[in-house]
Amino acid sequence: MLLETDVLVVGAGAAGLMAARAASAAGASVVIVDKSIIGRGGATIMAQMTTAVALGAAEPDSVELHAQDTWDGTRDLGDRAIIDVICTRAPDVIREVEGYGANWARTADGRYSQVFAPGHSRKRCVYVDVLRTGDAVSQALRSVVRRDGDVVRLSNVMLTKLAKDGDRVTGALGFAIEQLEPVGIAAKTTIVATGGLTFLYARNSASANMTGDGFLLAAEAGATLRDMEMVQFFPIAHLYPPLVQLDPIMWDPFRYKLGGRLLNGNGEEFLGESGDASGAYTTPRDTATYKIFREVEAGRGSPHGGAYLDFRMIGADALKAGFGPVIDILARQGIDLTRDMVEVSPMAHFMLGGIAVDAAMQTGVDGLLACGEAIAGMHGANRLSGNAITEALVTGRIAGETAAARNAVARTPVEAALAEEWSQLQALWHPRAVTRDDASVDAFKARLQQTMWENAGPLRTGAKLERALADIRALAAESEGLALAPVEAFALNLQERVELRIMLAVAESIVLPAIERRESRGAHVRLDFPEQDEVAVAHFLTRGGERWSMTARETAAASA
Amino acid sequence: MSDTTTTLAITRAVPGGESRVEEYVVPYEDGLTLLDAIIWIRRHHDPSLAVRFSCKANACKECSAVIDGKPGFLCAQRAVPDATTRIGPLPKPRLIRDLVTELY
Repeated sequence: MLLETDVLVVGAGAAGLMAARAASAAGASVVIVDKSIIGRGGATIMAQMTTAVALGAAEPDSVELHAQDTWDGTRDLGDRAIIDVICTRAPDVIREVEGYGANWARTADGRYSQVFAPGHSRKRCVYVDVLRTGDAVSQALRSVVRRDGDVVRLSNVMLTKLAKDGDRVTGALGFAIEQLEPVGIAAKTTIVATGGLTFLYARNSASANMTGDGFLLAAEAGATLRDMEMVQFFPIAHLYPPLVQLDPIMWDPFRYKLGGRLLNGNGEEFLGESGDASGAYTTPRDTATYKIFREVEAGRGSPHGGAYLDFRMIGADALKAGFGPVIDILARQGIDLTRDMVEVSPMAHFMLGGIAVDAAMQTGVDGLLACGEAIAGMHGANRLSGNAITEALVTGRIAGETAAARNAVARTPVEAALAEEWSQLQALWHPRAVTRDDASVDAFKARLQQTMWENAGPLRTGAKLERALADIRALAAESEGLALAPVEAFALNLQERVELRIMLAVAESIVLPAIERRESRGAHVRLDFPEQDEVAVAHFLTRGGERWSMTARETAAASA
Repeated sequence: MSDTTTTLAITRAVPGGESRVEEYVVPYEDGLTLLDAIIWIRRHHDPSLAVRFSCKANACKECSAVIDGKPGFLCAQRAVPDATTRIGPLPKPRLIRDLVTELY
């Protein structure tokens, strides 16, 4: 399949859909592609509640204050220009998405309902529903893009390489998964909106397709990655007892509403949150993650290696009102929050680092833009609750606008490049003819996830990170030459093979700068270097010859 | 580790071809979902089994199938110890392969 378009968007979560919408609204033709189903795969649909935006509906607020709170959260590792543009444009973009059908909750007198979340100095977070804000945003964007005749939507297509003509990106190449065939898309501008990489970790709150594809696509095309060691671990993901039908990170919104408290295995409070039982919830995510693991390491964890989450001080009526239908889902699985505590522990949740871009979402590579979770700059070393959907929507819109403004550029055919990439893929999938896969590719992915969790996860040391690097390289060597059986329809094993190649490369992009960062800063905790250095240094990675090269610069210089 | 197992009887099919039912015995653990069990089968026994899934948390609605005669989501239902669960593709949408049907 060969297509031509003005703008190609890779990835169809909130950022990609918004980019497609904005580019189309500015007069460009658009092709939007997702490895999963448009608007279903990825992280947006799983987002629970909060979206931070300075609307000032609950109390006086300003975009400057939102930007300052966000910067303060970054542990000096954010990019001021990116933060400023996102916070400044957020109010308009939030209203735009409401026009597409995301019905932000309103108070009785008709104003936006805005709630507090840790790290924000004002009641700033709008929401559609306590557990379904991301779903509502996805549905709204999915339907507006579906009705848009200038947007072609391709589900179940995996793009494996960006096409280049000299220094310019000219589109992307890959394959269709449902009915296996090569796919090449020639585009004047390509936007990477592939989200994060948290599926690289054994304990994750990610969709299975969050394998970090866009980081490698962009880096192989010449883009620079920034602070890839900065992975956010969500502190209170569900651990025990086993629970189905609910996202593991679902406890957070209830803490915003009801309070509740965290206790160690001895039943003692350890976060030092003053009014915790009365509803105040103030500990930032990086600090909470660190303190939970510190209790576990000291032998004061809960029985399954986390902490207890306790809502027992809240009355049955208040629990029922606060949890709504969730209280019944919990009851069916034997959990009565008036009587039982649950166990929680950290889980890989969000990629803070990513593709380096400017405030127009340009990567520095001609023809290549990026947006959403895939970019660096908004969160530095720690993301505030509520800032992810905001980042996705605003940077998606900016990328779409920047792309549409480049429409005078000529298109370059990608047919020859596609033939070359297709033969590369054949060589990766079928180095020998076999009738059964040599081994399960998914089993390799699981082994990679395990070492990343154990050795490059929430609590790191130099020795553990070296172990992770050795494991990654051993897995790469062991999977080399793995032969897969041919498959015509729903080629999941072929998709997984490409994902394994990507995950191994991206895992190195996390571990290499994590080894070099001999300090603890935000989400990056080094037990062997527990202090934060006085001067913040950003790490930049580029790729050439299948290897990463790293440079370090002080952040003041980096954002200048 | 216990020796308890759960059995999945899964319809394997290609469009226009004969379908067959294959039984897989999977180690059972507390809280195991049907999707977890299918991932175990692909990882340890047969990577050619086709299944569509994404979020594993009842949000994306990609992993639909007919489960013991009723439509449902594989990630939202628990496997049953010492029992067999029958799983097949949805009957109405176009079949792609095995448990995967067309979805927009």
